[in-house]
Amino acid sequence: MTNSEPKIVAFCCHYCAFAAADLAGVLRLKYPPNVHIIRLPCTGKLDTLYILKAFEAGADGVIVAGCLEGGCHFISGNLRAKKRVLAVKGLLARIGIAPERLEFFNLSSAQGDRFAQIAREMTERIKSLSSSVLTPLPEGKG
Amino acid sequence: MIVADQKPIEEILQMLEPYRKVLFLGCQTCVAVCMAGGEKEVGLLAAAVRLARKHQGRPIEIVEGAVKRQCDDEFNEPWAKTIEQQEAVLSLACGVGVNKLSERFDVPILPALNTKFFGEVERQGVWAEVCAGCGNCILHLTGGICPIARCAKNLLNGPCGGVRADGTCEVAQNGSRPCAWVMIYERLGKLNQRQNLENIFGAKDWSSDRHGGPRKRIREDMLLEG
Repeated sequence: MTNSEPKIVAFCCHYCAFAAADLAGVLRLKYPPNVHIIRLPCTGKLDTLYILKAFEAGADGVIVAGCLEGGCHFISGNLRAKKRVLAVKGLLARIGIAPERLEFFNLSSAQGDRFAQIAREMTERIKSLSSSVLTPLPEGKG
Repeated sequence: MIVADQKPIEEILQMLEPYRKVLFLGCQTCVAVCMAGGEKEVGLLAAAVRLARKHQGRPIEIVEGAVKRQCDDEFNEPWAKTIEQQEAVLSLACGVGVNKLSERFDVPILPALNTKFFGEVERQGVWAEVCAGCGNCILHLTGGICPIARCAKNLLNGPCGGVRADGTCEVAQNGSRPCAWVMIYERLGKLNQRQNLENIFGAKDWSSDRHGGPRKRIREDMLLEG
């Protein structure tokens, strides 16, 4: 990983995205190595504080990846996480951080290729944003 | 419990503008239950403010904490040294906590919340006002449903002409608020106490409410001095 690669933290559900990432590895699919995976028992476990702490710790982007809608092992964990991600996106926008740096994805454990695609998509998206997440604004802005 | 709302982040950032070293102090009682100012909200708000200030190029040093009850000196006292070392304190307690800290410390105490009402937990994420704290309960006559808090007009002898056919109040445009007096009628029916409705309440003495000025309760037998 080079310094120019954006750092991305991916909060992945144990039952889908985490398994999909594992499958991507087994299938020898290439995806950017700058994606750091944190396994959750379900995205319903996601605390909004985890997202903010990830940005505070220097992440340039955060992925939250849960099961397909209707496929959550805990019935509605992914739906709840999606709402929390939406709320944090709103907060990020209000404190001057591009909400595009955070995204929620749905996928199944069989979608190793989709996981690799998401990792590439987010890396490209963040690279296309003008500056690093905490680049100070010019004096008097923000 | 006392129900409060967090102020918009923009307003909080504006209040914090002159300060670089601040304590964010939550309260673990009412405002923690209504998810506005507990330990968790302190963490979230502190992270958001730190990010915003870094983004503005003016980092802020935040100490995070929460006390059991900010309305009580004895719980705040362990924080005295920390508070005195700050340029300001952002209190995530209700207005009572902000007042209490302001009486005790010569440091600006800033309110992070808008204190709203006395409420019940309707369901997770929803709190409803059910008591107005008017100082003169008549709940034994109204089936435990308060017309002062739950009727938009505080009517003691309702319902008014604004009740809709479906039993909702005309004040809530989407029909989401049930008429307090319809609720009282139904409840008294269940309790076989509809005869209570034959008593007409006289004009209410509002002196026990805030209309008599700030209130104070004193229990002589519990005072330590004298």
